[in-house]
Amino acid sequence: MAQGNVISAPWRNPLHPFLFACSIALSPMTAPAVAEPRIRHTMQRAEWTRTDSDARRSALMAAAQTGDRVAYEKLLRDCASFIVSLARRRGVPPDRVDDVVQEALLTIHRARATYDPRRSFEAWLRTIVERRAIDVLRQVRRHGEREVHAPLAYESYADETIDLSVGIEHKDKAKRIGAALTQLPQRQREAVQHLMVDERLLADAAALTGRSKGSLKVSLHRALNALRLKMDRGD
Amino acid sequence: MDDPNDRLIDALVADLRPARPLLPPALRTLIWLMLVAAVAIGLAMFADVAAMGRRIGAIPDMWLAVLGSIATMATAAFAAFELSLPDRSRAWALLPLPAAALWVGASGLGCMRAYVLPGTHVAGFGETRDCLLFIIGLSVPLSAALIVMLRRAYSLAPPLTAAMAGLASAAAAATLLNFFHPFDAAAADLALHAVAVLIVVAAARAVGSRTLQNSFAAPVTVPPAGSN
Repeated sequence: MAQGNVISAPWRNPLHPFLFACSIALSPMTAPAVAEPRIRHTMQRAEWTRTDSDARRSALMAAAQTGDRVAYEKLLRDCASFIVSLARRRGVPPDRVDDVVQEALLTIHRARATYDPRRSFEAWLRTIVERRAIDVLRQVRRHGEREVHAPLAYESYADETIDLSVGIEHKDKAKRIGAALTQLPQRQREAVQHLMVDERLLADAAALTGRSKGSLKVSLHRALNALRLKMDRGD
Repeated sequence: MDDPNDRLIDALVADLRPARPLLPPALRTLIWLMLVAAVAIGLAMFADVAAMGRRIGAIPDMWLAVLGSIATMATAAFAAFELSLPDRSRAWALLPLPAAALWVGASGLGCMRAYVLPGTHVAGFGETRDCLLFIIGLSVPLSAALIVMLRRAYSLAPPLTAAMAGLASAAAAATLLNFFHPFDAAAADLALHAVAVLIVVAAARAVGSRTLQNSFAAPVTVPPAGSN
């Protein structure tokens, strides 16, 4: 990986200004040959080397901040794979990695004004992804504590949508129809029994009873009218 | 185009507007401190500034406490602005602790004196209650202004950031209280000051963290699968 320009990264340690001031103050003015390497060593620890990929992403983000949509799309597609690898390394379950990617992409979008192009883009992105990965891991843990995987439990539960009163009402209605049938004249009752209850064809019913088809049809029509009247009256 | 990530990226790209870069945290802190200074100038017009100067300069514990509250206000506001940026360490929340320790320590020292400062008296219950109401009442607009400024950024630790904003506002209000506080340090009065500061920090944390979680940006609409 080629090395790019070197930029100091004081934000990594809030106490850096104090440490740096101390390193200058403690270096003896009388012994510059000894003091100089010490200062350089202190500065090297606080320096960070910008990689090519970071410089490229940083430039894309700087362009996106000015409203360049092409650069922004390129950056987000590039970030998506970077986020996936960071999330996997953080221990996010494979089926929740997409959640981290989407949350991180939304955060990048909302926080884009906070990115300073003089700083590392990857450090900025890494903090966002780690935060969102922790959020998802917490959700996974909470979900695991609250829910139990029991596929058979669903089948052992009663169907709450079943209305028991419907069955009782249906039985009651059948009993009333049966009682009304007994009160019909013999010929009408015979037509209902063969054509409606036993669901025979008209020709078969005519053959069994020895009556004509027309006679059976008239009897059935009259029987149904009489039954409808009785049911409406509630007899 | 059925991949949800692709659809989200398309929606985000379509939603892109130029983003004005934020000012550095130190400069943003200065802007808020200028607002506090403007309030201080306004209050000074109604206060006996000379008497306040005599009272504070009379003994070290008095001016050390004021110095501590001013330093707490500035460092807590700076920490809040640092914490409002995603890539900053949460260790910034430790920044106001030394100043707060000075503030609390110097205020507590005042209770150990065996004499009352000349030109002052020990506050009664009614006066102590007024201190509480002053701190809470003045903290509300100051913390509201600070949280509005913080919302321009995007904090990944909203409760901590909002608590820092509350601490800065409470310290500012406690500092400005000195204009109208012709009392010597008494344990009950100081305890009520501490209660007022804690109420402000807790309220800012509760209200501010929720406010900071929602940015000013309008929600992004992602089209459903198969709409393209």
